Amino acid sequence: MKKNIRPKLYTLSTCMHCRATKRFLKEHGIEYDFVDVDKLDGREKEEVLSEVKSISGGVRFPTIVIGSKVIVGFYEDKLKKALGI
Amino acid sequence: MRTISDMFAEMKKIADEEGYQFNPDSIQLNDILDGLWENEHRYGYPSCPCRIAKGVLADDMDMICPCNYRDADVEEYGCCLCVLYVSDDWATRKHDPIPERRPQEYYEKGYPAILEQKGAGGGDMVEVYRCTVCGYLCGREEPPDLCPICRAKKERFEKFDKIY
Ligand code: SF4
Repeated sequence: MKKNIRPKLYTLSTCMHCRATKRFLKEHGIEYDFVDVDKLDGREKEEVLSEVKSISGGVRFPTIVIGSKVIVGFYEDKLKKALGI
Repeated sequence: MRTISDMFAEMKKIADEEGYQFNPDSIQLNDILDGLWENEHRYGYPSCPCRIAKGVLADDMDMICPCNYRDADVEEYGCCLCVLYVSDDWATRKHDPIPERRPQEYYEKGYPAILEQKGAGGGDMVEVYRCTVCGYLCGREEPPDLCPICRAKKERFEKFDKIY
């Protein structure tokens, strides 16, 4: 795995694709940061949503940031490539 | 509050009647149902588990499961966005994530604001279709495959000119 690239995930706790992404990273022993946007409220939720929008141009989940790469959706092949695994 | 299995039993009854199929992968299916139930539990209605809800019924109306986008997605991509409902030929299809059909502006402005904006000028809204057998009306891009009320086929629907 490439060093110093800790994925940042924007997820929904209820979303199957988001859960699958987290599971995939765990299975590969990769540590990550995440925020379950559906668990936020009020201003915080709005702020994080506009953050997601500024990253990928829309509010879709999971939105995954790995270094300078952005992946929207659970694509195993894209994730592996971005993580160098 | 109904349990997850009650919820699924009700969904399954309708799906069977209407000829819809669920994701055959039981791990995925359980994950999706779990998320759907969680949304029903916290919002009071089963908002789509893979979309961010506003938590206000009117704003989320178009993405209460089964959402307004299901039929078109199952037809075009072989599954709905959450992969809860799948097509007959699902097993032979490629299973990449499908694109989001709900327009992004709905997330910002909410569903009613968009309908108002489109409806204000008249005509610019989705078509309204009428079931010629029972009179059921629906506003969507295409008529449903089966009338949810009397089960008449798609061909029995006609465009309905709105009366203002
Ligand atoms: S995408 Fe599927 S699970 Fe989500 S609301 Fe639509 S029909 Fe239900």
